[in-house]
Amino acid sequence: MALLEIENLTKHFFRLSALSRVSLSVEPGELLGVIGPNGSGKTTLFNCVTGVLRPSDGHVRFRGEDITGRTADTVYHRGIARTFQLIQLFPEMTVLENMLVATQEKEGTLFSRLLHREEPEATVRALALLEFLGIAGLEENPASNLSYGQQKLLDFGMALMSDPQLILLDEPMAGVNPTMIKNLVGHILELNARGYTFVVIEHNMEVVMSLCRRIVVLSQGERIAEGTPAEIADNPLVLDAYFGR
Amino acid sequence: MALGRLGLVAVLVLSVGLPIVLDQYKLYVVSLTLVYVILAIGLNLTLGYAGQISLCHAAFMAFGSYAVAILGQRGVPFEVGLVVGVAVAFGWGLVLGFPALKVKHHYLAMVTLGFNIIVFLVLRNWESLTGGSFGISNVARPAWGPLSFKSDRAFYLYILAWATVAVASAYWILSSRWGRAFRAIRENEMRAEVVGVSLRNYKLMAFAIGAAYAGMGGALFAPLLGYIDPGAYTLDRSIQFLMMVVLGGLGRFEGPFIGALVVTVLPEVLRGSEGLYLIIYALSVILMMLFMPKGLVGLWDLAWRSSRSRTSPSTSSGSPR
Repeated sequence: MALLEIENLTKHFFRLSALSRVSLSVEPGELLGVIGPNGSGKTTLFNCVTGVLRPSDGHVRFRGEDITGRTADTVYHRGIARTFQLIQLFPEMTVLENMLVATQEKEGTLFSRLLHREEPEATVRALALLEFLGIAGLEENPASNLSYGQQKLLDFGMALMSDPQLILLDEPMAGVNPTMIKNLVGHILELNARGYTFVVIEHNMEVVMSLCRRIVVLSQGERIAEGTPAEIADNPLVLDAYFGR
Repeated sequence: MALGRLGLVAVLVLSVGLPIVLDQYKLYVVSLTLVYVILAIGLNLTLGYAGQISLCHAAFMAFGSYAVAILGQRGVPFEVGLVVGVAVAFGWGLVLGFPALKVKHHYLAMVTLGFNIIVFLVLRNWESLTGGSFGISNVARPAWGPLSFKSDRAFYLYILAWATVAVASAYWILSSRWGRAFRAIRENEMRAEVVGVSLRNYKLMAFAIGAAYAGMGGALFAPLLGYIDPGAYTLDRSIQFLMMVVLGGLGRFEGPFIGALVVTVLPEVLRGSEGLYLIIYALSVILMMLFMPKGLVGLWDLAWRSSRSRTSPSTSSGSPR
């Protein structure tokens, strides 16, 4: 059974349709790439899946459960985490606090979160993840003190905190220097080998080609192609979408 | 940490000793400041930590004041009235939290402003219960059998005890995961929701808890003055609380203390300047906001940072900053 099934997902902003009848499925353990020109609806797709936006029509099923139109926190608790194209952090909170927020609602009731203060396991996990991402030692700094690349890694780290089954990465390489890109690609491949499933929106074609075995192409809110990197590179529809006829 | 605890004990001992040295009027001003500290702690939780604007803090305060006044007339002990007032304020805080789930910023300001006006009109017109515009006089101060808090000095100590409860409980709440969730919502609401923080739960709680502190402050305010009328719970006073919290430093634990002190004491100090004092007061507020946008706590930070600029700039994560 597919981990994530998207069926005829549609999103209108007033009369503009940002997504129209997009369907795709993600298999467990997969590393799926989503590409397309600017404004093709990639981020809108992520927003509709994660509950940041409510889709106008269509369905999203995760592990067989219909999660269409659920609030973002519910979707997160079902096991879908994401990162953002424009980094989204809690700038005045420390790096460690940023990480801990991402897992503090995972267990217990609202009132147990008031009564139980210690989070030894979460703290250990957060520090281990920061170490893994190469930003250890910064945990007491406010997130806003981090460099752009470090913030990008923290954003990624937060997505890993709750041990999600599916991680949606929205342009993880945008604005990141070549060395860091190499590191990030390594991290994603390592995590994928450990069993994490990814959907990656990415403009850097080299990265997409090296990460993904399957790619979905969006253009003007519609799915125009799907296939292996080689198939996509030869698809005339894709070339049209990017370069025009 | 040990130094901090020692300082806390010193402040408490000094506060207990104040009635011995202060005359009646000064003691009244200090008592009023303590009541305002409780109220400002509530608004700081709602606005400073959780980032939800509320312009109806005086309305929540009124629930506390009228609960002790109305129940007191019927012979109910003060503490019962206080608990009822806090509960009613908490309940209405929850109700006001619902619009906060739909609207933000200045729109939320409008909603809460409207609520304050409604409460004021109800207080003025529901004469059989509230006494209308004449209000309720002779609001009784608490007494436990032979032990009475009727004198100004005893009542000051009584307020001090509740203020200690308010400060300690606020610290307890804000240093928990709730405090972290509140700050996360303030800093980036969308991100908070995407990492599983329920906006509904925490926004409702931020409003309700903030309102509960207002209820507690209001319950102590009524017997301190001995007389209440709807004029004490207008939008003006809500804005006064807003000023305290902003002046002190939004989202800073020390903020309400400094803010309440300045807003209460500064006009008293300036009273000597005759008719000019309102102008000087307003002008100094404008200047403070211009040059200290992070509040007076920001000034303290600056001094603290420059004094230890050579040591490591680590910040503590456990305490509610």
